[in-house]
Amino acid sequence: MSGIITNPVPEKKQAKKKMHVLSIHVVNHAGVLSRIAGLFSRRMYNIDSLSVGETEDPKISRMTIVTHADENTFHQIQNQLAKLEDVKHICELHKDQAVLREHVLIKVNNKDTTAIMQICQIFRANVVDVSKKLLTLELTGGPSKINAFIDLMEQFEIEGLVRTGLTGLKRGSTTEAEEAARENN
Amino acid sequence: MIKNGADIVLECLLEQGVDTVFGYPGGAILNVYDSFYKYSGKIRHILTSHEQGAAHAADGYARSTGKVGVCVATSGPGATNLVTGIATAYMDSIPLVAITCNVANNLLGKDSFQEVDIVGITMPVTKHNFLIKSADEIAPTFRRAFKIAASGRPGPVLIDITKDATAGEADYKKEIPERVDNYKIESDSAAFDKVIEMIEKAERPLIMAGGGIIASGASKELHKLQKTIDAPVTLATMGLGAFPASDSAFTGMIGMHGSKTTSLAVKHCDLLINIGSRFSDRVICDPATFARRAKIVHIDVDRAEINKNILTDAYLIGDARAVLDELNKRLHKKKHSEWMSKIAGWKQKYPVKYKSDSEFNPETIIKEIKRQTGENTYLVTDVGQHQMWAAQFFGIEKPRHFLSSGGLGTMGYGVGAAIGAQAAHPDSVVVNISGDGCFHMNLQELSTAATQKLPIIDVVMNNNVLGMVRQWQRLFYGERFSHTTLNKPTNYDMVAKGLGADAYTVTNIEELGKALSVALKNRTKPTVINCVINPDHAVLPMVPGGESIEEPILEITADGKEVR
Repeated sequence: MSGIITNPVPEKKQAKKKMHVLSIHVVNHAGVLSRIAGLFSRRMYNIDSLSVGETEDPKISRMTIVTHADENTFHQIQNQLAKLEDVKHICELHKDQAVLREHVLIKVNNKDTTAIMQICQIFRANVVDVSKKLLTLELTGGPSKINAFIDLMEQFEIEGLVRTGLTGLKRGSTTEAEEAARENN
Repeated sequence: MIKNGADIVLECLLEQGVDTVFGYPGGAILNVYDSFYKYSGKIRHILTSHEQGAAHAADGYARSTGKVGVCVATSGPGATNLVTGIATAYMDSIPLVAITCNVANNLLGKDSFQEVDIVGITMPVTKHNFLIKSADEIAPTFRRAFKIAASGRPGPVLIDITKDATAGEADYKKEIPERVDNYKIESDSAAFDKVIEMIEKAERPLIMAGGGIIASGASKELHKLQKTIDAPVTLATMGLGAFPASDSAFTGMIGMHGSKTTSLAVKHCDLLINIGSRFSDRVICDPATFARRAKIVHIDVDRAEINKNILTDAYLIGDARAVLDELNKRLHKKKHSEWMSKIAGWKQKYPVKYKSDSEFNPETIIKEIKRQTGENTYLVTDVGQHQMWAAQFFGIEKPRHFLSSGGLGTMGYGVGAAIGAQAAHPDSVVVNISGDGCFHMNLQELSTAATQKLPIIDVVMNNNVLGMVRQWQRLFYGERFSHTTLNKPTNYDMVAKGLGADAYTVTNIEELGKALSVALKNRTKPTVINCVINPDHAVLPMVPGGESIEEPILEITADGKEVR
């Protein structure tokens, strides 16, 4: 396992829960998703969202997990994950040092097309399917943008909604391989 | 060389130096058993009565030797029967490789006969597991599995192989296994500086050690630390034997049934140094009051144990022996005469002693066993009151000589584990302390011991009740003894003899002594000694669940009053 995870010595009091985004490199084979998800559920850790897909190396998948946890629990999560044989690298994605994106598809009632289209324009959302009754929209963005868009669409009666969950990469000029190598040392 | 998958399995076991495996055949694993037939002169296969017994035997073999234990079972029920044994090993960090076979590739996922997703089932109770679907994966997977089981914090690994993979062919080349070197430290020098400063400043340090000392073989180094810093030592159940019980610095076991001296030491120490123990709930009792006046230093090989159950003030990550060597090198000699004499005073005032009107009580029984068998005995226990009595009164002097299911608390562990320990140490005395509840759980394995001519001695503390649960019912459930009175018609002598063991029923120390001395001379078959005792014997001291370790119950009077 690579990646240096520290155990800070926390204050002896109940810490506040915060949102954290974890990016995890895992070996790309059957069962790995259930190993990760199983660890979260049996240790009572929370998962807000989880997205997973292949990386530049087909032997490796990358999982982005959004979790709510206090500082100590968050370190527990990382340390427990690090013990799994299939986990190769773990890093936290901080909002200001990473590009974080989510994709949403929304079906709304096609009653007030103009109003819907205007909001879409502001958010740079696309119409991907149209029928007399329904409009299907897509939007990519950070979590707050997605939430705001969904909020505005509710007035048109949402008939269907699906979110991919957050995914992200660190900003900056180092490549992923360099990043992993640096953290290994 | 081209070999079939099943032969490669056997070759891989030989590569790893495996001399004994415990198992049970079946349909999906027929090919592997055909190879056991072929390799029968090279590897000993012990056929158990039930797969659970095989898993516990492999565990007992591993605990008593430090080597990786191996158990084998077929698909479906064979595999699920291993699960309790695998979970037992997982909770106590015991290195195990469990081999199961599954249905052929084309039948996987079709609810085929005796098909079960054992990889899915054992994910939460293994360090890692594998499903092998072709013969060429077998050798690399086995090498990896043995390495995972033995490295860092040890634990069980399961390998499931499809039947067609065991029949298929692959090129096999013998390899010398990579040496597992656990002697490593992750923490940096600054972390050591901090811990060393804390230890040197401490006026009332307490060393608490656990199974990590045994896993890493660090007993000598622990002893050296104790001598260097002049501190008392307490042990978690899993650590018994890591420090000699007869040493004057030993305060007794820690935890729910630990000694009063230990409770007081935890209460009054100003630094608690935990080495290789995971602050289990049964050890710390109430986390808010545990060592409340002390700074806590945690030394563990597993980073995930730091700040899990107890928040620490400093920690070191690494193998216990390596960390202790480094500490011993850097620490200056200390003297804590006042603190040590306080400990000695408590030890005198609150000895771990059983108060009873009866001369045939848990302490006298355990002490008689110790008197006759000595400190080289491999003492195995089942789970319950007898387990705690054995832990309290036997006085374990050596590491790897106390085999007990600490974390999972698996009733029925004992006979299987005793078989494993006896198979590994044919010339040693192996005693299993059991209760009448546990006896009924896996008694069929007595026939395994008889078949294999393994002279294990099974001492049953027969109080006709599920004693530990009954003790809780007596103290916290208004004596409503719900389903804890056994009243079984079992004739222990007949059952044991029927399974090929010698048997004695005893009701006093003289009879026990006689039975033991005969059993010790008999090196060809197991012996069951049924000790009939009073159902109201309690395990004391006791810290009721959730309460502070500082004030354990020391005595329960005849009219049910608790003395603290």
